[in-house]
Parts: sequence; C-alpha cells; structure tokens
Amino acid sequence: MTLLAQIPPLQIPDIAWSAISPELVLFGVGILALLLDTAGPQRLQASFLVFGFAAAGAGYIALSTEQSVLPGLVGLAALGQFALTAIWRDRPRLLSALLAALGFAGAIGVTTWQWGAYSGRLVGADAATFVGTDSLLGGMVAVDGVALFTRVTVCLAGLVTVPLSFAYAEERRIHRGEYYPLLLFAATGMTLLASSADFIMVFIAIEVLSLSLYILAGFAKRDLNSQEAALKYFLLGAFSSALLLYGIALVYGVTGSTNIAEAGRAFSSLDAPQGMAVAAMALLIVGFGFKTAIVPFHMWTPDVYQGAPTPITGFMAAATKAAAFAAFLRVFVGAFAPLQWSWTPVLWVLAALTMLAGAILAVVQNDVKRMLGYSAVAHAGYVLIGFVAVNRAGVSGVLVYLLIYTFMSLGSFGVLALLERRNHKAMAIDDLRGLGRRDPVPAGMLALFLLSLAGIPGTAGFVAKFAVFRAGIEAGHAALVVIAVVSSVIAAFFYIRVIVAMFMEDVPEGVAAEAPLAPSTGMSAGIAFSAAVMVAFGTVLPFLLVDLADQAATFVS
Amino acid sequence: MVALATAVGAVLAQTPVADPAGAAASTGAAEFWVFWILAPLSLAAAVSMVVLRNPVHAALMLVVNFFTIAMFYAVLEAQFLAAVQIIVYAGAIMVLFLFVLMLLGVDRELPTRVAQIRGQQPAALLLGALLFAALAVGVAGPFLGADSACNAPPDAVAAAGADAQPCVGLAAANEEGNVRGVARLLFTDYVWPFEVTSVLLVIAAIGAMVLGRRTERPEDLVDGRGVRKEPLRARAARPTGSTALDREAAE
Repeated sequence: MTLLAQIPPLQIPDIAWSAISPELVLFGVGILALLLDTAGPQRLQASFLVFGFAAAGAGYIALSTEQSVLPGLVGLAALGQFALTAIWRDRPRLLSALLAALGFAGAIGVTTWQWGAYSGRLVGADAATFVGTDSLLGGMVAVDGVALFTRVTVCLAGLVTVPLSFAYAEERRIHRGEYYPLLLFAATGMTLLASSADFIMVFIAIEVLSLSLYILAGFAKRDLNSQEAALKYFLLGAFSSALLLYGIALVYGVTGSTNIAEAGRAFSSLDAPQGMAVAAMALLIVGFGFKTAIVPFHMWTPDVYQGAPTPITGFMAAATKAAAFAAFLRVFVGAFAPLQWSWTPVLWVLAALTMLAGAILAVVQNDVKRMLGYSAVAHAGYVLIGFVAVNRAGVSGVLVYLLIYTFMSLGSFGVLALLERRNHKAMAIDDLRGLGRRDPVPAGMLALFLLSLAGIPGTAGFVAKFAVFRAGIEAGHAALVVIAVVSSVIAAFFYIRVIVAMFMEDVPEGVAAEAPLAPSTGMSAGIAFSAAVMVAFGTVLPFLLVDLADQAATFVS
Repeated sequence: MVALATAVGAVLAQTPVADPAGAAASTGAAEFWVFWILAPLSLAAAVSMVVLRNPVHAALMLVVNFFTIAMFYAVLEAQFLAAVQIIVYAGAIMVLFLFVLMLLGVDRELPTRVAQIRGQQPAALLLGALLFAALAVGVAGPFLGADSACNAPPDAVAAAGADAQPCVGLAAANEEGNVRGVARLLFTDYVWPFEVTSVLLVIAAIGAMVLGRRTERPEDLVDGRGVRKEPLRARAARPTGSTALDREAAE
C-alpha cells in the first residue's frame, strides 16, 4: 500500500475512438471471421456468444453514457453477423467473404462520417475548402485529408478484391479460412500507415501490412512461383524495413522526436549535424521506395506480382502503393517540405528512372501478369511527379492517381484471374489472341482497363495523369513531365499490343476447343464495378473526384 | 540460471543518477572502457554469427551479441531495456531459435551456392563499404569532433571547454526511475502503437499456421456446397513450376 502511494498516478490518455474506428472495424471483423471459421460445427453458438457479449457491452455503454447511436450500431452489427451466420452456417468461406465485404464497407462508412465531421474545419483563410487536421492519441494518429482519402482508397480496393477472390481461390483450391481475415488485417495495416502521425506508428503499420501480404503472396503453397514470391517479398521486405527503421532512428537522433511533424520542424531549424539528417532522409527514401516500388528498389515487384494469387496481386499493387505513398507524402511533402531543396532532386531522378525503366522493361515481357507488374512500377513513377511538385496540386494529384489506379489495377488483374480460371495457367500475350471474337465482354473490359492504364483521353487514367502532370508543370518540372509523356508512349505500345492481340489476331490453332468462360457472380460484380467507376471518373464525374482530392490535400501539423 | 538472475538483479539495483554533474565524472570513464571492450566483442560475435556454418554455433554467437548489447543498454542507464534484452531476447527468443534448429535437424547442412550473377559479390562489397563509410561519416562524425562531449572521458570534456556539446536529456528521462519512465510512456503516449503490436503477433501466429501446415485436408481448401472434390495428394506429387496455376488443364 505504501509502495503504491509513492507512485504518481498515470495520466490516463483520452482514447479518441473515432480516430481509430476504421482500423477497429477492419481488425474486429477480421478476428470475427477467423473465429467463425475456426468454430467449425459450433459456428452458430460462437456467433451467438459474440452477439451476446457485444449486445451486453453496447447496452452497458448505452445506459452508462446515455448515448444511443454508437451502441445501437454495434448492437445491430452484432445481430447482423448472427443472422448471416445462421443463414450460411454451412458455407464458411462465403460467410467470411460476406463479413469481409461488410467490414470494408463499414470502414468506408466510418471514414466518410469522419470526413463529414472534419471537412471545413481547417483553421485559416481558406478554411472552408479543406479537410481539417488533428493529431490524436498522444500524437500517434493523424486525422487529415490525406489519411481519410487514402483510407477510403484502401477499403475500396479491399471491397473489390473480396468478390474477385472468391471463385478464383475456390478454383485454385487455396480457399483457406485465413484468406479473408488476412486481407482485412493487411487493410488494417494500410489504413494505420495512411493515418500514422508518428514514425513508430509508420514502422509498426508497415510491418502489419507487410506480414499479412507475405502470407497472402505465398498462399498458393503448392505453386513454386507463389512460394518464390512469398520468400522474395519477405526477404526484401524485411531488409527494407530495417533500412527504414535505421532512418527513423537517425531522425530521432537528430531531432529528439519521433513525431513526424515535430521532426520536420526540428529539421528545418537545423544547423548542427547535417550529415546525419541527410543520411536519415536517404534511408527513409530507400525504405519507402521499396514499399512503393520505385526503380532502384523495384527488383522484387515483377516476381512477387507474378507469383502471388492474381486478386492479391491487384490488391497489393493498388492498396499498398496508396498507403505507402500516403505515409511517404506525410513525411516528405508534409513535414520535410522546408528541406525540399535537398530531397526533390533525388526524387526527380528516381521518378524519371522509374517511369522509363518500368515502361521499357514491360515492353519485353511476354507474361501478361508480369507485364502489368512492370507497368505498376511505371505508374509509381507517374505518382512521383505529383510528389516532387511539393504543392497542394501535387498532393491532390497523387491522391486522385492512386484512387483511379486502384480500379485500373484491380480491374485488369480481375479479368486476368477470370481468364486464368478457364485456361488453368498463367496468361501469355499469345494466349489472348482472338479473345475478342470468342468472349467480347471480358476482352472489352480488359481493353477498357488497359486503355485507361495507358492514359488515353476520355478514360479515367487520363484524368489521373492530367492531375499529376498539371501539378508538375505548375511546380516547374516540365522536363520531368516530358519524360513522363515519353514513358506513356512507350507504355501505350504494350497495352495496345495486348488489345491488338485480342481483337485483330486470329485464334491460334488447337485452342479453339476451349471451354466457354464461366464468370462467377462475384468476379462479374467486381470487374463490372471497377469498369463502372472507371467510366464514371473518366467521363462524367472527374471534377467531383478532383474536387474531393483538392479538399483532402491537408497534412497534420 | 542463478547467475542470470543475479546479473539482472545487479542491473536493476542500479539507481538512477540523482546528480548528473558528479556522476558524469565517474560513469564517463567507466563507459569509455566498457564500450571499447564490448564493442569489438559485439562486432566479432555478429560477424561470426553470419560466417559460421553450423547453425547452433551461429545461434550461440547471437546470444553473445545479445548479451553485449544488453551491457551497452545498462551502461547507457537504460536498465529496463537491458533486463528485457537479456530475459526476452537472450532467454526466450534464443531458446525458441534453438528449438526450431533442433527440430529441423542441426546436422543437415544445406549446400551454399555461389552467387550466380557475375560481379555480384565485388559489387556488393564495394557498395556495402560505401554505405558503411557514408553512414560512419554522417552518423558518428559529429560525435568524434573536439566539440562533442558525449560519452567521452572527463579529461576530453574538460579539454573541449565551453563549446562542448554535452549529452542532454538522460536525467530528465530517468527522473522517476527507468522502469517507471518506460511504463509511463508505454501506457500514455505510446499506448496505441503498443496495442497495435498485438495485431502483429496475431498475424504472425496465423502466418506460421498457414505456411507451416504440412498436410492439408482437401475440404479445408474449398467452400464447395457439400460437393466432394478429388483428393489433393495426387496433385501435390506432380511437379509444378513453369506454370503459375498448378492444376491439370484437362481436369
């Protein structure tokens, strides 16, 4: 008793539940799906127990705090999962997939709610037009435009990945119960990364998302390519995490703080050990460069993208990039902006290298999945243009690009998954010959996604490219934009080569006896949704999206 | 085990320094010698861990490395970290390492292949040396100059005079005791990262189960509506590799 009395009481921190609500939803649903899958024949009982505990907790909170909306929602969600379990208790994977989709939708819902609460709350002259910022939970969680926008991007990617995965995983016999929970955990890590205001949080979030993705990349265990992908991703990912951590340690050594905004302020008023600051920034660039697949650090990309299960590849290419770029933006464009003279030239060169190398290497590929992997590298280069612009237009351009790229990537990998399902093998460009005659709808969809990836005017890809190019020109990086246009022309060559093979070449001999395509409901829905979003953002709604991204170009300070 | 307990007890018994000025004179010199004795030992252990062929020897070298690092922490007055380093890393994690090594069979030496890409080794050595040099100049450089009084012997501090850059913040960080300081941070400012780490552990456990399972029941891999799928054993025996999908085309 006397010992306890000596200890000054801890200031219990105020937990801002709303700031971490998307992560809580994603992780909670992941654990629930895992639990219901492992429960086996006792699934219904387990679900009822979960319902009972959740309802009791929600009731207690409702009575003690006299709030009714949030506990009510929790109670409804608990009831909903019980109902779903009761209906599909003999279809564990279907149940998992439904829960995962609902989890992603729920996370989008709470993020939208947060956006509504924060929009127009920025202090300043043009406050009304921007999303407000806040730093919560002891400066760990950032609530700002970039975080909220990227969370929506990541959860949309997950929402499309779930239906694309279902039939594919079933057909390849890799439909283990851990699939959807791991997808949700990966998305948890990505949303955490997108909203981290502290370097410690950045590191832990990167580990959470990477660890889930290592496992998902190796999910097709009996396939040597998948094993290779997982091992390569793991080794290089661990290596890059170590470099990133070294950079974070040096930032802490120079500034005495792990908070991103504080470190940025300390960096800009720095005169003493400059060498250490430069080393820190270099290591951070390497670390983030690995995760975003920028050129000297892209070596893992084609192998991993080729070996991983195809829907996972699409998810990795889209969502990981979005989350890693959000953190990259917050650290460099947000916090280290006063030092931009030191890092923009480096990233300028890396952007040019990434665009050119990605496009040129993609031209010589024969495997379509590998080609799209290299094209993902080139797209990271285009995103970097908005990055080196270091202005609001640039940040907005990056956000637009990543959201649109999400749908282009998931759509094209989704069509590939559909074709792989029928052909039972990886698709080479030759295998696509004559596809447009036999199966015009999937071929047309793939053509739409490829044209959009190429950035043909009238497609969403053009809107995305226009946004970053405009920011680059405004910031005076005209030469970089010229390089980007050259790279786009090279890239257009291989996208159009696929389209030509599909629509203008004949079916090769001996393949004519193929079974007709049998798209599952989920795959059709996922691909059609991606295509609809593409068309909408390309033709009708581009200004809505650009306007939202403009509002979201705020960083926590 | 007794020796370990006494070592940990001795480390924990060190009370935080109340008077930084007086303590700097006594710990400065001790720190200097401890560093120069332990640093080569630590590096040697790390290098031999990579170089040694027998995995058990390599693991034991890692233990030595962990111990020297724990001593560094203790000398830097991070007593809690030193104790945790010994208990968790040198104790628990290394035991797990050795368990896994024993399970896999220690005498099974895998053939190490020579690097296949021509010029890879010299290029790696050159670039590694470059990176090391750059980091050494950038990171250690500022603290080797005359104006740095960090962890230097007392006479060096005196020689640097008024321009000296002393180490600051240690007394403030250890004000209410090292363990309490760590606990305070862990349960206030860093409570959210601390909780998220548990997510990481959940994922790691799931991953170990997914990737480590040797035999799988076919019905676990599909969600068929009670439709019996053919057993997977025949399929697993078939060599896979060149194609991305490991299934018979004529299924």
